[in-house]
Amino acid sequence: MVINQGQNGNPNQQQSPLDIDSIRSDFPILQRTVHDQPLVYLDNAATSQKPQQVIDAINRYYRESNANVHRGIHSLSDEATTLYEETREKVRQFINADTTSSIIYTKGTTESLNLVANAWGRKNLNPGDEILISSMEHHSNIVPWQLVARDTGATIRGIELTDEGCLDLDHLAESLNDRTRIVAITQLSNVLGTINPIGEITKMAHGAGAYVVVDGAQGAAHMPTDVQEMGCDFYAFSGHKMCGPTGVGILYGRRELLEEMHPFLGGGEMIEEVYLESSTYKDPPWKFEAGTPNIAQVVGLGAAIDYLNTLGMDKILAHESDLVNYTMHRLKYAEDITVFGPTGKRGGIVSFTLEGTHPHDIATIVDREGVALRAGHHCAQPLMRKLNVGSTARASIYFYNTTDEIDAFIRSLDKVREIFGDVPERTV
Amino acid sequence: MSLNGLYKEVILDHYRTPRNRGIIEEPDFKEGGHNPSCGDTLEIFVDVDENQLINAISFEGHGCSISMASSSMMTELMEGKSLDEALELVDVFEGMMEGETEFPDTDEFLDVSSLQGVADFPVRLKCATLAWDTIKRGITKYRSDGDEK
Repeated sequence: MVINQGQNGNPNQQQSPLDIDSIRSDFPILQRTVHDQPLVYLDNAATSQKPQQVIDAINRYYRESNANVHRGIHSLSDEATTLYEETREKVRQFINADTTSSIIYTKGTTESLNLVANAWGRKNLNPGDEILISSMEHHSNIVPWQLVARDTGATIRGIELTDEGCLDLDHLAESLNDRTRIVAITQLSNVLGTINPIGEITKMAHGAGAYVVVDGAQGAAHMPTDVQEMGCDFYAFSGHKMCGPTGVGILYGRRELLEEMHPFLGGGEMIEEVYLESSTYKDPPWKFEAGTPNIAQVVGLGAAIDYLNTLGMDKILAHESDLVNYTMHRLKYAEDITVFGPTGKRGGIVSFTLEGTHPHDIATIVDREGVALRAGHHCAQPLMRKLNVGSTARASIYFYNTTDEIDAFIRSLDKVREIFGDVPERTV
Repeated sequence: MSLNGLYKEVILDHYRTPRNRGIIEEPDFKEGGHNPSCGDTLEIFVDVDENQLINAISFEGHGCSISMASSSMMTELMEGKSLDEALELVDVFEGMMEGETEFPDTDEFLDVSSLQGVADFPVRLKCATLAWDTIKRGITKYRSDGDEK
């Protein structure tokens, strides 16, 4: 069927709390065309676009302040170090950590999670210990635990989902026991859009004596985040999904846990005294920052946080909630479309299939209309198996997207139907 | 670079009504193929006769229109060929998709040559080549297994 292209009278469509026209003018890439069509960028869960303010901050850093950090006496090194450490304070405030010593720079969420798995896991996991991983995790919150489990003798157990794609809290409760050491859970599923109740999960896990590691890659960029309120022990996220550059991410860890952990990578910057046989290490966070860090990227992340703060994370969340409600509302009229994940409160990620058409074909065809979607398994193969699909198409929104863009995306699906419309239902 | 060049009617036809789709029980050899980045999976089943000619070939799996149509076309082309000929055809196909050789202007390549348009969509090339990479690996393994025996 073809979706009604007129106004559907969506009750959720309201005046945006953000000045979207002004915001869009901050993003140079949003002015470009793709295949002679205005770019409709709906692959924000993969990476976000960057505002001029962030691009300028990186440019200015290289033009005016470039030097290595923490090791020079000269003025440039001092300036670079100041910029680098100022961003740490911005990150601390952004996620409401109690101290900057809990804020470790990494190159992204994946490295952050590997850091926890290695530096905490290798020291603390023993044969028979259990690691609980939800069935909606990204590979980056699965594979590092498999690697450390293999070497420590720990066991990995999955936490099931409800039919709607939410975490099955009853199954979590049943699975927790005195051997559970870690619960690895995403704040917001990169496939289902499910927002997990981290506070509740943390209470349950802590009750069983387990620690909670949160993958915040899809969370911190889109909603106000308070690690103390959530109560989690570790929280990982990436700069590039929140208007910052690639190559910088954050691991938040509770200070007392970081203090007792071994270093992850060894080298310069993370040591106090080095002998040939042994070394002493700096305090957190520097204990975990070996080698020359991604300084320009850190500076860019600081500018991205400034930018998000001027908009307000609460307003960003409100705008995106309206937009995802509108998207779900438009898609529910299409009988040939299956949307995965919760129908109620959810994040701005909408994974779907279109009957008779493979997601790659969808992505190729809508690209010709200027619409950037992701198609594939979204680095969540265990979840794909649960959903009984090989892959899905995915539209993921950010605060600079508009209802007009959602309309363009919905219209572009008609182009898919024009080409594949009369394909009979697949037998396999 | 138009979509019509990619989604030619013959490709859609092979996608809608694939040839040689299904499982051959107790094949002489079978080989799996997988595109990890997109999740396409494929299994190819081959029966060879006493003269080492392919007398039955089939595929099963799931994937996009290009990978499934290409699998269908490949199996159709390979029927009745010797294993040597099959490997040569894979080389010809790979050369064509890489733009190194022309598509042969022959009847048996008529359907396969419709995949030429995929070359204009570099990110989709691996969809077209999956079946061909898989049969090549299958034949190579079958022969080295035979040498060991």
